[in-house]
Amino acid sequence: MSAPTFDLGYLHGGLRMPRRKDKSNKLPIQHVPVPQQLIIPITQHVGDAAHPVVGIGERVLKGQLIAESDGAISAPIHAASSGKVIAIEPWPVSRRLGGNAPCIVIECDGADRAIELSEPITPYESLSQDILFQKILQGGIVGLGGAVFPTAQKLMHASITPLEHLVLNGIECEPYITCDDMLMREQANEVLGGAQILMYALGVEHCFVAVESDKPEAIQALADAMTELQDHRIAIKQIPSIYPSGAEDQTVQLVTNKEVPSGGLPTDVGCVVQNVGTAAAVYRWICKGEPLISRVTTVTGDGIATPMNVFARIGTTVADIVNFVGGYTEKVHHLVIGGPMMGRSVTTDKVPLVKATNCILVLSDEEQFGNEQPCIRCGDCASACPVQLQPQQLFWYACADNEEKLRSYGLMDCIECGCCDLVCPSHIPLTADFRMAKARMRELADEVARAERARLRYEFHTQRLDREQLLRAQQLEAQKQAASEGGSKAIRDILERTSKKHDQDPGEE
Amino acid sequence: MWTTVLTAVITITVIALVAGLLLSYASSRLPADRDSLVEKVNKLLPQTQCAQCGYPGCRPYALAIVEDDAAINLCPPGGDETMRRLADLLAREPVALAAGAKQSDALAFVDEALCIGCTYCREVCPVDAIVGAHQFMHTVIASECTGCELCVPRCPVDCISMESAA
Amino acid sequence: MEFVRRDAPFIAPRANVASIMRQVLYALIPATLAHVWFFGPGIVLNMLIAGLFCLGGEAAMMRARGKSVAVALGDFSAVVTAIILAFALPPLTPWWVTATAALFGIVVAKHLYGGLGYNIFNPAMAGYVVVLVSFPTHLNFWTVPRIGDLDYHYVNLLETLQYTLTGNLPDYLTIDAVSRASPLDAVKAGLSTMHTFAEVHANPMMGHFGGRGWEWISNFILLGGIWLLMKKIIRWHIPLGVFAGLLVPATFMYVVESGTHASPDFYLFSGGTMLCAFFVATDPVSAATSPRGRFVFGAGIGLLTYAIRLWGSYADGIAFAVILMNMSVPAIDYLTRPRIVGHSKHEKAPDR
Repeated sequence: MSAPTFDLGYLHGGLRMPRRKDKSNKLPIQHVPVPQQLIIPITQHVGDAAHPVVGIGERVLKGQLIAESDGAISAPIHAASSGKVIAIEPWPVSRRLGGNAPCIVIECDGADRAIELSEPITPYESLSQDILFQKILQGGIVGLGGAVFPTAQKLMHASITPLEHLVLNGIECEPYITCDDMLMREQANEVLGGAQILMYALGVEHCFVAVESDKPEAIQALADAMTELQDHRIAIKQIPSIYPSGAEDQTVQLVTNKEVPSGGLPTDVGCVVQNVGTAAAVYRWICKGEPLISRVTTVTGDGIATPMNVFARIGTTVADIVNFVGGYTEKVHHLVIGGPMMGRSVTTDKVPLVKATNCILVLSDEEQFGNEQPCIRCGDCASACPVQLQPQQLFWYACADNEEKLRSYGLMDCIECGCCDLVCPSHIPLTADFRMAKARMRELADEVARAERARLRYEFHTQRLDREQLLRAQQLEAQKQAASEGGSKAIRDILERTSKKHDQDPGEE
Repeated sequence: MWTTVLTAVITITVIALVAGLLLSYASSRLPADRDSLVEKVNKLLPQTQCAQCGYPGCRPYALAIVEDDAAINLCPPGGDETMRRLADLLAREPVALAAGAKQSDALAFVDEALCIGCTYCREVCPVDAIVGAHQFMHTVIASECTGCELCVPRCPVDCISMESAA
Repeated sequence: MEFVRRDAPFIAPRANVASIMRQVLYALIPATLAHVWFFGPGIVLNMLIAGLFCLGGEAAMMRARGKSVAVALGDFSAVVTAIILAFALPPLTPWWVTATAALFGIVVAKHLYGGLGYNIFNPAMAGYVVVLVSFPTHLNFWTVPRIGDLDYHYVNLLETLQYTLTGNLPDYLTIDAVSRASPLDAVKAGLSTMHTFAEVHANPMMGHFGGRGWEWISNFILLGGIWLLMKKIIRWHIPLGVFAGLLVPATFMYVVESGTHASPDFYLFSGGTMLCAFFVATDPVSAATSPRGRFVFGAGIGLLTYAIRLWGSYADGIAFAVILMNMSVPAIDYLTRPRIVGHSKHEKAPDR
């Protein structure tokens, strides 16, 4: 069954980038052996950190729950191999601000023994949707495209709105990254199996697998798997290779020709987007009982001797992975976790592989970054912006700290893709400036909300005091009245009572 | 030539005088909406209700700014930023803060070991952020505390301190 | 192993300001050569003088502002200003006129407003307007293009040098021997003295579209402009806007009353229209920002130019049109903001 191309939606701007993918997509996915130590952070997802349920010294098995999901938006964490928990301590992780985060450190025993499943694997069609959501939550499945939003909660939230399509996002628009490409080539049946489970969970009858048109092997592998599966609800949609077509809102726009409203979600236009890796992870958990304990990652860049894709356990340090692929070259300069546009630069290779790590990019120093010059208002940034913002105006207002204008010109709609940075002839770090401005605006919004709450409480406080004063004045009035009316009668009663007491007790004198 | 110059000067002066008279008439007969201006000023203030400005709360200060032309630099919790926003809104000159900006975002904290349940602090809190009945333990609801420090001097056993939010 | 940190993105931008400015200069090389062929070496001398004063003025202002002189000179923006100025001024111009225009444009119109990226007015046009108003006779001194007209003397290098440095022609030459009204001047004078356009156009000084010789320079400027469009240095919105704003009323009036109005193609290929459409109005700093805004900006320039040429006292009012539209850019920007993806078309911007 060949891959038809339907009418695509329109994407404003975007960039055709140098792909740099042919380095890492030549070898099949290699499996990294279990390392000596696994360092597993308890926060690998959006939302509240998971809550450790193992203690130091405890022995754990592969796939065992080691941290429970904690809160409305959270996900559990599982041990990626068998061994002994030797510490629960801060460790360097790849966050935007750097620094350390609490991790569960497991010393692996090499046996890689898996935990026995608590219940046998039941076919998902026999489960109700709610039970299926709970089951997906228990597998620790989160969005593997990089956003790491807990999948079960995303599906639960989506299922209450009317839905039309499931879109599997196989668009890898950032340069260098090829992990989804290789996953689709080698495990297309798992991807499509996951798609079927997700369609059942959401109750949708259409699924599009969005793939870039310059990935013929992946498209062929998917087409072959579809022929085997004979499920006509799934179709492949080829997308031109423009960065950032793989961003969620942009994918929805291209595949369904509908715009996601500002501040809204794809469910607002009847769509749910899941990364192909997430779908495969759902399939492995629901149909094979393997929770999310490993993922495919691209290891590439000028600083890597033999670029390739690897299938590694969550918690393996970058140093161990780089060692496995053959080490660094002499050109090594930066280590980036993620892609060259939206990745995060880290200072040490001791950081562990986490659920969000789709690429380990070791770059040389060869990119020529010039000094920042004044904005010449050429407008190239506005032409490149996929959200049709005007970065030159946003930059102007960000420098002036003009919160209202920033909001009015749509700063909160910026997806921080970095297209504007790349086309700017004055080499202005626009994306970094916008990130700072957004943080500042969130801070200001928080302050305003606090002040409003305090104002309301103060007004209530003033009213309460007034009311109490009024009540007290009324009571005083009533007492005065009572005293003036029955005053003499009260005195007589008292005199009577005291004289009675005297009569009854003559011996007191 | 001089007659032309003179005519020009006189014409312009007359136009300026007429325009000035019209504007002053308009400003007296069509005054700015005072109430909504007080609301706008109040919205810019941080609502700490600490009375450090000398007025018994943020709304009274807002009222004073609009009606009595009070200085706009009297609010330490609002800091420089609030003063500048007020200057923008009211078209006044920015002035340096009279008492300096508030340095920290510390919140009140009741040391429960020392608290005797006298309710003095509870009564003085302008946003009712302290809870506790007479002779029972008192505590500060941290999320509602504005850091105004009005409770600190009221405690007879000195059990309230200002702790930073972390 | 330890690494150095930096912020995303980790790919460097390809473009830079200096290379954009240099491309603009390259686009003007054919037009410069045509100019030298028809009018002699005057324009090159003007370029040198304007360049000297533009770069000198920029260096002095950057030093006075405490900023890096090398960076400012290295982005070639002052050079572009100088070249545009040289194209706008007549080939025989005393050096102090060129110097005044250059210094005013760079020092006042550019640096006193904040330097590169902050100027409201196009520096070249601001400088040109100042000398147009202050030295009107010098700026009406257009030499004759070399079209084989034996009544006139074509100035050579020495004569040009003498005039440029001293302001006087050599004794054996008179002003009338070397100069003639520009085609726009001739048409304006002719139409106002009740000749029809056809009669004026019959004069041998007129070529197919504009004046003979003059239109060739316009052609080469057009070629340079098309090259810039292809290289995506400039976008089509402003040039198309200028053409539309000029041609629509011109065509309308020509169709209605062809005798007393110049033809639209005459307006297009005469004076500074081509230079303005592709090189002056497209100055990114002083033009509008959004695509629709840019079209409106260009159309405004075209319309104002037509109005000034028809009713104003200047034969070629394009510099004034540019300055006036530069002033309207904030309003244009406010009114032509593009719709953000995910917002409906009817969302209104807040009042402030």
